[in-house]
Amino acid sequence: MSDEWPLWEVFVRAKGGLNHRHVGSVHAPDSELALRHARDTYTRREEGVSLWVVPSASIVASDPADSGPMFEPAQDKVYRHPTFYDIPDVVTHI
Amino acid sequence: MPSLPVIEKDQVRHAGTAPDGGAFDAPAVDAHAAARADYCLRLGDDALVLGQRLSEWCGHAPALEVDLSLANLALDLIGQATHFLGQAGDADQLAFHRDVLDYRNCWLVEQPNGDFARTIARQWLFSTWQHLLYRALESSSDAAIAGIAAKGAKEVSYHRELAADWVVRLGDGTEESARRMAEGLDWCWRFIPELFEVDELLQGLIERGIAADPRQFEADYRAEISRVLVEAQIAAPADTRPILGGRRGHHGEHLGHLLAVMQHIPRLYPDATW
Repeated sequence: MSDEWPLWEVFVRAKGGLNHRHVGSVHAPDSELALRHARDTYTRREEGVSLWVVPSASIVASDPADSGPMFEPAQDKVYRHPTFYDIPDVVTHI
Repeated sequence: MPSLPVIEKDQVRHAGTAPDGGAFDAPAVDAHAAARADYCLRLGDDALVLGQRLSEWCGHAPALEVDLSLANLALDLIGQATHFLGQAGDADQLAFHRDVLDYRNCWLVEQPNGDFARTIARQWLFSTWQHLLYRALESSSDAAIAGIAAKGAKEVSYHRELAADWVVRLGDGTEESARRMAEGLDWCWRFIPELFEVDELLQGLIERGIAADPRQFEADYRAEISRVLVEAQIAAPADTRPILGGRRGHHGEHLGHLLAVMQHIPRLYPDATW
């Protein structure tokens, strides 16, 4: 049966204010049942307060073969990290 | 002429079997407490037996996700059973060392799983009833029962929706799924009247505000069942002679087999721990 069911990606918000994070996937015939399956599979131990399910087919992924042009140009751009500023001692929580 | 009646040995033996050992100054048996304990057995046994039945699906469900989903229902029910049986005595002792005739569950929950559709039919008919019952029990005058029911109502509300969802999916699905769903409902239908039966014991507890009167929500139950059946495009099965007696310890052959599987380890090794 599950062979015929499409795949859904599951995202869980651990608590209010945090982002939804990808936790895995489930098989289900439609969005309603995907949500139930996600609830039963990934929030059995109080892992979350909110769930998203997205058809896996809707995810547009980068091609691993393109990882050179996609990601390597960022390697030598250390100045993009905000680490070259002196933070005054009086400023906290940064 | 002797001033006291002669006490026969048989009577001495009989008194010795009473819980208080027939002691001269033993307090009178508290009939109210006994009735309350029996009611907790009924509530606990319903949950325990259905929980055990659902556990049988573990590793056999149509899909991994469904496997988990049924196991979750089972764990919720076994949790409720632990609480209710704990109100009637030692929960483990009651679950694992009690014979079939002492079980007080209704007939519906002990029915074999059959195929997935019959399991869903049983779950839907029971969870819909159990949800209405727990909601009513939230206002029980007995704080412990009201507390367990309030916690359980949230769990059972999900069971009820999940099962109703499947009834609609299977009923309004393929030709085969619709046929199986109708057959599952046919099997379970004759066990519904028992859920609304009020015997003398239950009547007494209702009058004391401890138990909920199922007749109060029978119309709501029937309406909900009809609503889902219409959506599932399944005709309600014909009412046949109802099967009654689970609350008095009259059970089908299936319950004994279920208990044999559930109880044989604790009975073989009563002091085993792990």
